[in-house]
Amino acid sequence: MLIKIMDERLESGQRSGESGERGSETREAQGPAAHASRASHPASRLGRQVARYTSMYAALWKNSVTREMTFKTNFLLWILVELLWFALQLSFIGVLYLQTDHIGTWTKWQVVLLVGASHFIQQLFQAFFLLNCTNLSELVRSGKLDFLLLLPVNSRFVVSFRQVDLGAYVNAASAAGVMVYAARQLHLVPSPMQTLGFLVLSVAGIAIHYSLMFLLASISFWTVRAQGIVWGYYNLFNIARLPDEAFHGLFKALFTFAIPMLLVSNVPARLLADKLSSPKPVLLLLLMSVVCFCVSEWGWRVSLRRYTSASA
Amino acid sequence: MVVFFGEEGKIAGVGCVRKYWHVVNIGMQSNLTYRFNFLARTVFGLIPLIAILSVWRTIYGGKNPGSKVGTYTLAEMISYYLLITLVDALTAVNEDDWQIAADIKDGNISQFLLKPIDYLCYRLCLFFSGRLTYVAVAAAPLAIFILCLRRYFVLPPDWAAFGWFVVSIVLTAMLQFFSSFAMAMLAFWVLEVSTFIFILFAFEYIASGHLFPLDILPHGLQQALYYTPFPYQLYFPVSIYMGKARPADLVHGLMLQVFWVLAAYALARFAWNRGIKRYSAVGG
Repeated sequence: MLIKIMDERLESGQRSGESGERGSETREAQGPAAHASRASHPASRLGRQVARYTSMYAALWKNSVTREMTFKTNFLLWILVELLWFALQLSFIGVLYLQTDHIGTWTKWQVVLLVGASHFIQQLFQAFFLLNCTNLSELVRSGKLDFLLLLPVNSRFVVSFRQVDLGAYVNAASAAGVMVYAARQLHLVPSPMQTLGFLVLSVAGIAIHYSLMFLLASISFWTVRAQGIVWGYYNLFNIARLPDEAFHGLFKALFTFAIPMLLVSNVPARLLADKLSSPKPVLLLLLMSVVCFCVSEWGWRVSLRRYTSASA
Repeated sequence: MVVFFGEEGKIAGVGCVRKYWHVVNIGMQSNLTYRFNFLARTVFGLIPLIAILSVWRTIYGGKNPGSKVGTYTLAEMISYYLLITLVDALTAVNEDDWQIAADIKDGNISQFLLKPIDYLCYRLCLFFSGRLTYVAVAAAPLAIFILCLRRYFVLPPDWAAFGWFVVSIVLTAMLQFFSSFAMAMLAFWVLEVSTFIFILFAFEYIASGHLFPLDILPHGLQQALYYTPFPYQLYFPVSIYMGKARPADLVHGLMLQVFWVLAAYALARFAWNRGIKRYSAVGG
């Protein structure tokens, strides 16, 4: 069923892809002068590329807004679903802290801050990438990927950014609200540097979620029904919101150095809660985000070579 | 004459069993195509389980040795989660509700209205075959996992508890199926049922004991929960196995569970009958 909805969303996404293409054609036709300057100044060429991709993303945004507004009730109901699940996670923490007053050195409101941070990062990941990652296997199965590969843009860009999940922004805001509340309970007043650092680390966290999920989605080039695998990643979100001190040994090593789930939201939350004893985890998170991105780029390229298209 | 009718009835009965047995068979075959998906789901599902067990271990580690959470020792707590996983594998609806809703939305149920097949029985057979296949695929990873934690795995207090545990599992499966079926009937009235399914699932997830044993909750809240159908969708059979249900509670609980199964069945039948009257066979 979920797949079905995504398929419907995909249909309209297709149209947005086409409009993106038209946009780039008009830009292409700006005349030989533009071409000449592009060839001569690499810096201005980069600027032009950035502008081009930004305007393309704006078009995709516009398309998503239009699409969501055609099913307003459904849009609102999905936000409600996410809020409910978020509340559920928080009540679980509430129940745990009925039985104890600390998990490792984490106190109740610190864990609430952590759950908030985790939800914030997860929702922003969802806003940008989730639908696109889960759609990839469907694109491969139906052969619709053909149309995206033919567009004169970076294929990974268009595959990764086609759809924007607007409801997720609302949910990210609710997560931010919970974090602010938890911070007040903890009498924390984060400095501007801390807030900025938190945002940078959040971006690194989103990059890790995105890279890993995209890598998993690329498996659909090998086995057509990869939804189970992509679904499986959802289970990993559950780890990201738990305090890192609960884990030891192999499990901790695996989810720090191979699949860095224990870094994604723990490190940003620790930064806000003044729980960092050394800058090492911060550097590790940043490093892992770069590594994950590079691995997923490699995986994408290898996988794409296997693409044979389904029917014509 | 009487003999004749008797024979007729017998033949009809045999035919009926054979007909639905065929459905079970087909269901298993089609489910086996998703064996890799099932395996992935089981193995990935173990990761959050390990995580939650680690959290509990840390919580117990922060207390005095031998202390309890509610009435649970650490071993009992770990067993609780293992049993929840086991009962969940045996009884949870997989994609049945979404498939039923899709059948209604796409007009696929038209063919069942024309054939001498009862759609609810048909789906029940598919659910049964789905669980059989799922358990067959999930058995190996689950067994290995439980073996690894065997020193924490407690046994039921006596054979009677184990027997009632099995009975309660069957009732749990039926409750799960009928309530999902009833929920999917919404597809007759609204175009998009997945949000409703997720909303109900959220309540079920927390109130059925998926996340934590319900008897560590404050007493009043616990008592209130026992009058909702949710604990009977997962928590109740596990509490029987662990001997947490006293004999009086056991009888009372089983009766309530039977009540909820019947209620869910009645609701499913009622919604189906009402829905069919509205049904316009779009695309069918």
